[in-house]
Amino acid sequence: MPAEFYYGVEVFLNGLMAGVMYSLVALGFVLIFKASGIFNYAQGIMALFAALTLVGFQEGQIPFSHLINAIFGTELHHFGWHMPAFFAILAALVIMIIFAWLVEKLILQHLVNQEPIILFMATIGLAYFMEGFGDLMWGSNVKKLDIGIPQGGNFWIEESTAFLGGPDFYGFYLDTLDIYATFIAAALVIALVIFSQYTKTGRALRAVADDHQAALSVGISLRAIWVIVWAIAGFVALVAGIMWGAKSGVQFSLSLIALKALPVLMLGGFTSIPGAIIGGLIIGVGEKMFEFLIGAPLLGGATENWFAYMVALVFLVFRPQGLFGEKIIERV
Amino acid sequence: MFYREAGEFKTSYRADQQTFPIGLDKLGFYTSLLIAFVVIPLTMSEYWAQAVFLPFLIFGIAAIGLNILTGYCGQVSLGSGGFMAVGAYACYKLMTAFPDMNILICVLLSGGVTAFVGLIFGLPSLRIKGFYLAVATLAAQFFLVWLFNKVGWFYNYSASGQITAPERTLFGYVITGAKAETLPIYFVCLGLLVFLAVIARNLTRGAMGRKWMAIRDMDIAAEIIGVNPLMAKLTAFAISSFYVGISGALLFALYLGAVEVGEAFSIQKSFLILFMIIIGGLGSIFGSLVGAAFMIAMPVILKNLLVTSLGWPGDIAAHLEFMIVGLMIIVFLILEPHGLAMLWRIIKEKLRIWPFSH
Amino acid sequence: MKLRNALIAAFTGVCVATPVLADLVFPALTYRTGAYAVSGIPQADGYSDYFTMLNERDGGIGGEPIKVVECETQYNTEKGVECYEKTKGLGALVYQPMSTGITYQLIPKASADGIPIHSMGYGRTSAANGKVFPYVFNYPANYWNGASAVVNHILELNGGNIKGKKIALVYHNSGYGKEPIRTLEELSAKHGFDLTLLPVDHPGQEQKSQWLQIRRERPDYVTMWGWGVMNQVAIQEAANIRYPMENFIGIWWSGSENDVIPAGDAADGYKALALHAPGMDFPLFDDMKKHVYDKGMAAGAGDQIGTILYNRGMFQAILAAEAVKVAQKMSGKADITAAEMRVGMENLKVDQAMFSNLGLPNFAPNLSVSCDNHGGAGLVAVQQWDAKAKTWSLVSDFKPTDMDVINKLITEDSSAYAKENNITPKCL
Repeated sequence: MPAEFYYGVEVFLNGLMAGVMYSLVALGFVLIFKASGIFNYAQGIMALFAALTLVGFQEGQIPFSHLINAIFGTELHHFGWHMPAFFAILAALVIMIIFAWLVEKLILQHLVNQEPIILFMATIGLAYFMEGFGDLMWGSNVKKLDIGIPQGGNFWIEESTAFLGGPDFYGFYLDTLDIYATFIAAALVIALVIFSQYTKTGRALRAVADDHQAALSVGISLRAIWVIVWAIAGFVALVAGIMWGAKSGVQFSLSLIALKALPVLMLGGFTSIPGAIIGGLIIGVGEKMFEFLIGAPLLGGATENWFAYMVALVFLVFRPQGLFGEKIIERV
Repeated sequence: MFYREAGEFKTSYRADQQTFPIGLDKLGFYTSLLIAFVVIPLTMSEYWAQAVFLPFLIFGIAAIGLNILTGYCGQVSLGSGGFMAVGAYACYKLMTAFPDMNILICVLLSGGVTAFVGLIFGLPSLRIKGFYLAVATLAAQFFLVWLFNKVGWFYNYSASGQITAPERTLFGYVITGAKAETLPIYFVCLGLLVFLAVIARNLTRGAMGRKWMAIRDMDIAAEIIGVNPLMAKLTAFAISSFYVGISGALLFALYLGAVEVGEAFSIQKSFLILFMIIIGGLGSIFGSLVGAAFMIAMPVILKNLLVTSLGWPGDIAAHLEFMIVGLMIIVFLILEPHGLAMLWRIIKEKLRIWPFSH
Repeated sequence: MKLRNALIAAFTGVCVATPVLADLVFPALTYRTGAYAVSGIPQADGYSDYFTMLNERDGGIGGEPIKVVECETQYNTEKGVECYEKTKGLGALVYQPMSTGITYQLIPKASADGIPIHSMGYGRTSAANGKVFPYVFNYPANYWNGASAVVNHILELNGGNIKGKKIALVYHNSGYGKEPIRTLEELSAKHGFDLTLLPVDHPGQEQKSQWLQIRRERPDYVTMWGWGVMNQVAIQEAANIRYPMENFIGIWWSGSENDVIPAGDAADGYKALALHAPGMDFPLFDDMKKHVYDKGMAAGAGDQIGTILYNRGMFQAILAAEAVKVAQKMSGKADITAAEMRVGMENLKVDQAMFSNLGLPNFAPNLSVSCDNHGGAGLVAVQQWDAKAKTWSLVSDFKPTDMDVINKLITEDSSAYAKENNITPKCL
């Protein structure tokens, strides 16, 4: 059946797009894990917090207005101005850099040389804190995020491909937002690669990723690097927050996208940026195709969540360090 | 001065090998049992029983279970929520399929079923290690929740997929269903917790525990000196899941009474139990209980303090609650990364040498 | 303000939250944080604002002041139990758990404690059988009425014949979302339409697969049982695939402003079921403004007034307040107990004269509760979203639903419950 086949292709394409969105989240994890060996559970909350901050600035919301109103009995809500998207993004970025600095200063600095599980726990504590803090600062109602990226099916693609599969085929459906996300993700990755390959800081980053102690001994400030890495991860979180926030509005559930990134990380390896991208694509395509071919017709649907993990699990059994992870060498 | 390890003389191997060789420890153990079995039941109010003590006892069992796996055997698991669901649904199926079966047997059998499921999901641990394993256990979490939500047989095809515990009695007391009384439930949970904790304590200091710890410290080295990693890891998974399953069965049958899998056994539960053992202290039964107490009681106490005593609006209090719990986790990790159990060890040390500094 | 007073009180060492037991106590299990806060906030505001208004305007009900005790559940069942235990000792009259999960938890507990539960438009559907569930009420309509109302609306649009039509159900993959399936299956057998089931996992951020499937299969109608962020994403995705919005009908929990506004103009024409009228075109809101808002006593941020879910919260409060009046009349005293409240709820009769008296003419349909029927008449209307004017408006009357099918299912489910729990069905 040709129409069925083309729909399969459509699901495949949409899986790729979804994979890009997962990769965006996974990138933040990889950056931090590579540079400091921390599995940063708070990455999802960072995306939420960044998006909340962005919308807050755009709408001219007064931070902590709810708390202030409750204490002083005032009726504050908005400053009354609207910031253009571009400046709001810059302002949100500044906040994320400050955030990175604070995290290093207040948490990481005190936890140097701890076991990975302890650092992981610390980021969970951070996630808890940020969850309450973000809501307290900007309120927990849903916010519409609009920075001018068009949304909706791309009609041009739809109409120009409709002839392919006969009368039962309506053309390929691709979300314009997803197409933008793909380009933005590509630009982001290229920028990251250029940054890490051709700038001094980037080289320092890679040195730290290779060997902490050797990097320290040649005079690289580990703490400065950590701030930079967390700031970059904050920036990636902002981009992910914008993309996901535009889809569904900015609210608490946005932080749960971290759970979508975990199988991507397993598959791609915690230490590899290309791994995060390719892992994302595999997971995205895999779960969408499984839902299309087996999940929805045979198993009653909603299989995507566990299928992603199952793929990663089965994969890991054969390659325990992930697709691009560093080979695990064990010595007694 | 206050805590003396010296001056205890043992004349038999038996006396030397007992669980609490030091007199003061033994005293402390029996005192806490006395408090738990007599003082608390006499003094607790319905609210504190329901809000703190029952969840503490139930999650205490789960925390001990996860600590066996993560603290003693070094295998990080984020699938506890899913395993609790296995316990709960096994218990429900047993209760409805065999109405005459004693509820305690149901609960223990559900633990057995969970142990078997845990065994299966533990198999990949032979290949996958560290964080990769942690994330891999999430596969169990998501798959099990999906399964119980999807397959009607598990919830007896009820319209909404909720499972509701039918009424069962133990020694004439109603402990599940609508007419259940709090005090008998408390005693059942407490009895099980003490029983299971003692078993866990003895398991971990026996040959099996030593094998687990050898695997945790370095599995390759352990393998070389003759520990079978297959056996060690799988027994850890099975026994840990047994505990977690019992906890899930209790949570459903005795505490909540009605359960919906996606909500009650979500990934949040897995994280909660992991928090408990890390805050409490990895590789310590005492730590598991302290951690459970902390994670259960802390939000309730904060809520009471902020909302009831200070009269703050519930939502602001809830936000602050999150912030404070998060901060406390971070502060604890910075001050004492090895958990509250380590803190207790340090205190003991201080008490021993007091009033001198060395 | 409350907070400042409280701070002062705390500094002077006074505990302010000691309950006055003589008040009419209404615990409100709210969720202003967490994944479903979006939907929880307006409801909670509406519920407590109405009682505040009664206190300010009338000094309570029948001269007896009202005390609303809010307790934050975060839509979490364990927190719900904690809240229940915390508030039940204060002399709670009726519980509105505002969550299907928590309702299931509280049904056995509250029945044992003799405190009524009112789960309005959610919770356990078969609780409509008051003989098995004497303490649980779910009037004015339940999920199965909703399922039937959707089908009835589609029947109406097609002149009564929907044989061979395709209807897809997009549902939250939880107990709540699964509720309508049995009813829809029965109705599908009766009317001969094809039913496609499309589950969406919590929280519903990702629905691409489901909507691609809808795009492929082109069902004639799509109906939705969604909650929280799932609603917004679904409406957005429907708009993205250019699904005709007037053929997309949500349950009453999928039809608030928060759900449609993010999709912008594309959401125009989206339909949802309604238990009550939308908007603020009622004299009552003048009182609300005067006695609550102008005095700065509004709950929450005070920006939700007039939204669908705010009205829903208010409607819950109104029905509770009317039941109190019935109970006061029947018991002959102002300070009623939970048991008397239960009797009041069971004898509640609501008609248009009453709504006019309240300043809410034509706000909701007539309602009468009895021991046999705790679910009310099951009258449901359809409302439609106008994206230009940003308003919901009713496009149909409150119409009856297919009680033949529903009553059969209710009897079946409640008798199964009665058997499992050794309950002999009887009126209290």
